[in-house]
Amino acid sequence: MLLSAEPAVTTTFSSDPMIPRPYEIQRAKWDSSDTFSLELTPVGGGDIPAFEPGQFNMVYVYGVGEIPISISGDPARRDMLIHTTRAVGTVTRAMSELKVGMMLGVRGPYGAPWPVDEARGKDIVIVAGGIGLAPLRPAMYRILAYREHYGRVVLLYGARTPADVLYRKQLEQWRAHFDLDVFVTVDRATNNWRGSIGLVTQLIVRAPFDPLNTMAMVCGPEVMMRFTTLEMEKRGVNSDNIYVSLERNMKCGIGLCGHCQFGREFVCKDGPVFRYSQVRHFLTKWEV
Amino acid sequence: MTQSKKNKPPKLYVLERRDFQELLTALSADGYQLIGPTLREGAVTYAEITAVEDLPIGYTDDQEKGTYRLHQAREPRLFGCGPGPHSWKKYLFPARMRLWQAQRSNGGFTVQADAHTPDKLALIGVRACELQAIAIQDRVFTGGAYVDPAYQAQRENTFIVAVNCGRANKTCFCTSMHTGPKAVSGYDLALTEVYTPEQHYFLIESGSPSGDEVLHALPTRPAAVDEVEAGEAIIAATSAQMERSLETKGLKDLLYASYDHQRWDAVAARCLACGNCTMVCPTCFCTTVEDVTDLSGDTAERWRKWDSCFTMEFSYIVGGSIRSTAKARYRQWLTHKLATWVDQFGTMGCVGCGRCITWCPVGIDITEEVREIQTTSVAPTAAVTERKRKRENT
Repeated sequence: MLLSAEPAVTTTFSSDPMIPRPYEIQRAKWDSSDTFSLELTPVGGGDIPAFEPGQFNMVYVYGVGEIPISISGDPARRDMLIHTTRAVGTVTRAMSELKVGMMLGVRGPYGAPWPVDEARGKDIVIVAGGIGLAPLRPAMYRILAYREHYGRVVLLYGARTPADVLYRKQLEQWRAHFDLDVFVTVDRATNNWRGSIGLVTQLIVRAPFDPLNTMAMVCGPEVMMRFTTLEMEKRGVNSDNIYVSLERNMKCGIGLCGHCQFGREFVCKDGPVFRYSQVRHFLTKWEV
Repeated sequence: MTQSKKNKPPKLYVLERRDFQELLTALSADGYQLIGPTLREGAVTYAEITAVEDLPIGYTDDQEKGTYRLHQAREPRLFGCGPGPHSWKKYLFPARMRLWQAQRSNGGFTVQADAHTPDKLALIGVRACELQAIAIQDRVFTGGAYVDPAYQAQRENTFIVAVNCGRANKTCFCTSMHTGPKAVSGYDLALTEVYTPEQHYFLIESGSPSGDEVLHALPTRPAAVDEVEAGEAIIAATSAQMERSLETKGLKDLLYASYDHQRWDAVAARCLACGNCTMVCPTCFCTTVEDVTDLSGDTAERWRKWDSCFTMEFSYIVGGSIRSTAKARYRQWLTHKLATWVDQFGTMGCVGCGRCITWCPVGIDITEEVREIQTTSVAPTAAVTERKRKRENT
């Protein structure tokens, strides 16, 4: 255990929330041309901290920087932390170049979760766009683990192109379930794509759920979430029963640095998952 | 206040000007490093002091939109100057602080937290508005689920000597923010400086057990009725002198309803997005982090630095900055200070110290901007709102 050489360090984890804990990369794989997943375990062994679907960690690459990434593993599993992210910024590009056995720093979990428990007794509609499926996957795991508590469970997923479809094998497995309705669409098809083409919002109109008894969880680009919420409301889902997950710049993850403010909300601690009715006033404003 | 009056009747004491050094000496003897107003580079700045002579004796300041001038006054007051560009937050919440350092070792790294070993600080000359600013930052840094340990450690080692204001600057508006000019809580000792050609003394009162201890060791005498009245008259005169004001009634809801107000365009046309207002503001708390490594790459450090919501980087996420325009950034700053802050922390984020007005290079005045919004806002009719909603949604 690398930490044991520095006995003073272990005591600071609990008292100073800004101190990352070292994790080792057990597995790294590319999900698409720009998206990759890392499986991590705490250096020195032990369980990962318990987390709720929709929560995120602050993940640090040695000497490069730290960014918020949602957790995309199964919340029932404490032996492995899974993060899926796109290699698009300085930190995520550096992260994508790390090899198995190398280390990352992790702080968390932080933030408000998806309302998976509150949704019991209801139909579930999960709408994901692109990498937005990553923070929703833990919700899927949790809902499937307690499948009998829910009505119909619908997953609507849209990717830009067939090559961008995230967790493809898993989506195919889920689609094979008799008690799940999984619809996948792409914005732009390639020659070998025989699936649905179009925006994910277009799937909502014919998705099988009871609008008056539905909990919707939506994650994707902000414009996609705006149109999704609009479509859901057109179907008759109350905005109190629609949840969205927002992305903002974050430096601390714990409500102290001020960067993630979105109107009155701190996305890091009041979100990232918000009841749509709580944030719609600001979502429809420009540059909040 | 009334309660303590009952408990110990002679709560106001008189400390003669010639004995003021005794206060500084007593605090030094208790192990406190003394921080107070000093004259540096043509402004009152907070810095370490050792003797009463280090204070800006006999100086006063004139402040207006985008203007700050010091000049010599006829009266040799110790605290004749109002707040300068510094605020006390630089001692409680340092502008640059290392959070931790990490050492690289075979494929991995170990993290070493920086110990928080604060100096014992005595802040001399804290104004009522600044006390409120400290109380606000207390809520931000220690009132939530996560506490800033460095801030908390420094606060626990800070002694506050407040000074009630004997004059108001033109940029002051604490009366309307209900934060001054008299210190009412959050201090260990509070002073009112009384100067007449015949007399120069301080009315002094304690606000804490540690304040009691220091006070008892000083050469004081209970204040006479006329001395108490002289102090009250000074504070009343300061209140009356205040020219600026900010109407806070209904302001939160008004600002929530004013995201599309045309005034934001008018202010953005002048705002340089320089961030001066956020740097001088005693409550602004935003920070960014900076990762540095040595040349070998074997040591990495993470530093926390004051940040400003006026920079482009502040709101950057993949795809661009959320607030790409100065208009959106000014709106964020002002709306945060006076509206969203209330929902976040139960108080406004403005104390009426006027620093942002004085130190704005183009003289943007928060009280003026608010008044413009207040006087030109018309509640949109339901039909307009509905049309607008439809437009935004399509």
